[in-house]
Amino acid sequence: MAEVKLRQVVKMYDETPAVRGIDLDIADEEFVVLVGPSGCGKSTTLRMIAGLEDITGGEIMIGDDVINDVPPKDRNIAMVFQNYALYPHMSVFENMSFALRLKKAAKDEIRARVENAARILDITELLDRKPKQLSGGQRQRVAMGRAIVRDPMVFLFDEPLSNLDAKLRVQMRTEIKKVHQKVRTTTVYVTHDQIEAMTLADRVVVMNGGRIEQVGAPGDLYHAPATKFVAGFIGSPAMNFIPCSLEEAGQGLRIRLTDDIGFLVPEERAGRYRPHAGSGKLCLGIRPEHVLEQRSQLEPNQQVFEVGLDVTEPMGMDTLVYFRVNGSEVCGRVNPNAGARPGERMKLVADLNNMHLIDDATGKVL
Amino acid sequence: MTTTAQTYAGAAPSARGGSITRNRRKVLILSYVFLVLFVIFFLTPPLYMFITSLKTSAEISAEVSPWWVFSPTLANYIQLLTSPVYLTFFRNSILVSTFVVAITMVVSILAAFSLARMKFWGSATLATGVFLTYLIPDTLLFIPMFKTFAFLHDLTGIEFINHWWVLVIIYPTLTIPFCTWIMIGYFSSIPKELDEAALIDGASYMQLLTKIFVPVALPGIIAAAIFAFTVSWAQFLYPLAFTTSTDQLVLPVGIVTTLIKGDVFNWGQIMTGALLGAAPPLILYAFLMDYYIAGLTAGATKG
Ligand SMILES: Nc1ncnc2c1ncn2[C@@H]1O[C@H](COP(=O)(O)OP(=O)(O)OP(=O)(O)O)[C@@H](O)[C@H]1O
Ligand SMILES: [Mg+2]
Repeated sequence: MAEVKLRQVVKMYDETPAVRGIDLDIADEEFVVLVGPSGCGKSTTLRMIAGLEDITGGEIMIGDDVINDVPPKDRNIAMVFQNYALYPHMSVFENMSFALRLKKAAKDEIRARVENAARILDITELLDRKPKQLSGGQRQRVAMGRAIVRDPMVFLFDEPLSNLDAKLRVQMRTEIKKVHQKVRTTTVYVTHDQIEAMTLADRVVVMNGGRIEQVGAPGDLYHAPATKFVAGFIGSPAMNFIPCSLEEAGQGLRIRLTDDIGFLVPEERAGRYRPHAGSGKLCLGIRPEHVLEQRSQLEPNQQVFEVGLDVTEPMGMDTLVYFRVNGSEVCGRVNPNAGARPGERMKLVADLNNMHLIDDATGKVL
Repeated sequence: MTTTAQTYAGAAPSARGGSITRNRRKVLILSYVFLVLFVIFFLTPPLYMFITSLKTSAEISAEVSPWWVFSPTLANYIQLLTSPVYLTFFRNSILVSTFVVAITMVVSILAAFSLARMKFWGSATLATGVFLTYLIPDTLLFIPMFKTFAFLHDLTGIEFINHWWVLVIIYPTLTIPFCTWIMIGYFSSIPKELDEAALIDGASYMQLLTKIFVPVALPGIIAAAIFAFTVSWAQFLYPLAFTTSTDQLVLPVGIVTTLIKGDVFNWGQIMTGALLGAAPPLILYAFLMDYYIAGLTAGATKG
């Protein structure tokens, strides 16, 4: 086991940059998830760690060694691919033992290690089957088993669950987490699914356009996104962004959305926001779960406003309501019994304790 | 052909529903009609050869139906199989084909692997080039080849012309381009992640080839090998041009040159010789048919 360090890592495909300078320290035994939209360079980064792509610039270290020029097989890593990449002509046992057999490990040792990995993944009775006799989930387990058997310093996963159906995906997600808790190998996991990222990661790395937007624990990214991109990417349904202006209101500050709707800024934030008062392009960010139905007991900084609803979507546990404010569609999350009906006006509550003020010019959360 | 028939017969009972069944039956009848026409078209000549091979020369030239044997005899077979000349042709053919298949497979597997997988400067152009060489007609090549062998003879003193093994040098120029092309296609259909997984698992490029690519692409390799065998077994023009002594001839040329004496055509023996000559490829096909078909439908069936 080992830590992984990336220092100003750059990847160019001919003239086009895929990764534009990444710095990242991954601790021993840590589970780090790279997440971001399609084409942001997650796979490329992972493949550079694996040694499957040349590194155009910067350094990658595993343990204390710079491994830029070390071939994949000597990096002591194991990788699980999206399409499993099981060797179709080999049985599960042969698949899992392939690396050890290439290393000419002793027969007993091979058997012991394969059986141990098979036990961890609960695939002992599949050892004699060929990959095409397995279901998708079983293939996924075998692919993981092949990685575990090698007892590498680092596990690399590239969207390992995206070929599975929704239910199995959730199940295998838990499985991966369990396996990591058992073997505690340093793991780098790539996904474009932010829920997968949030549930699996010790730390999430949000990437965009070949750069890291923010690194943090799942809770930190959710509650304190650093940029508008992260704010919009993490969380589902996505955060609402409403153009607004900031005006003085006596002692405090007011966020003005429309002539009718304005919210008083929570006192503890007023100092932080004041320099931006009157400046042009600001944007209020608030998650749907912080736009609620009106209640009799309001907590401090929860403020009431009234809008006409366009659409309602009952989800069971709660109902999503959609309305327009200042030209933006806004989503709220209300109690199913609150009587939300499309086309009618409704009183809602904005929980400003969880608001974010974003400078649209820089994309930074203020 | 048996495979096709079995597929239809096996699938028929599983069809359900009125109009689908009727529609299906129409298609089935049509396909059987065409299959039967095909079979008749392709099997008549061998059948005619077989019938003729059982006749004496006298019966062949007699004014009776050519489609029936009135006094069957195995004399043609016995004569040929005890004739040292014919057995020499046979041996030469087998030697040539075996060596050609071996050389072709080694070269084209290695070539296809490097062209399909080891991206190097000009590999794409080279792959196209390989195929283009296949498009050059054989007939254009044998005069330049004659010149080349003459030149090599002057250079080294080795006599190439009129030895059966010269064919082992020539035939690969016909088989390698096509086999390489088949194998490139087959290797390219193997997912890239398979190599990457193997490379991470610690395989060298050579192990990647022998432990992953060859076993996974085995149906394609067998298809290519059958092709190489068929080409070298049935080749006529080159052995006719490059070999002349009776003990250096291969079957197709040997039958024609020794069994036709002047304007006397020994039809019974010609047919017998050709029929016996066609046996090895037939036997090979029969054994490898399943693999061959799997190879021709590469990728479509891979799980
Ligand atoms: N072999 C290649 N040649 C040229 N450009 C490439 C190559 N591979 C990737 N790219 C480019 O590099 C960028 C990053 O690709 P990468 O595969 O890392 O994206 P990703 O974040 O994994 O996306 P996805 O979620 O779709 O897998 C993309 O813009 C892609 O077009
Ligand atoms: Mg990717």
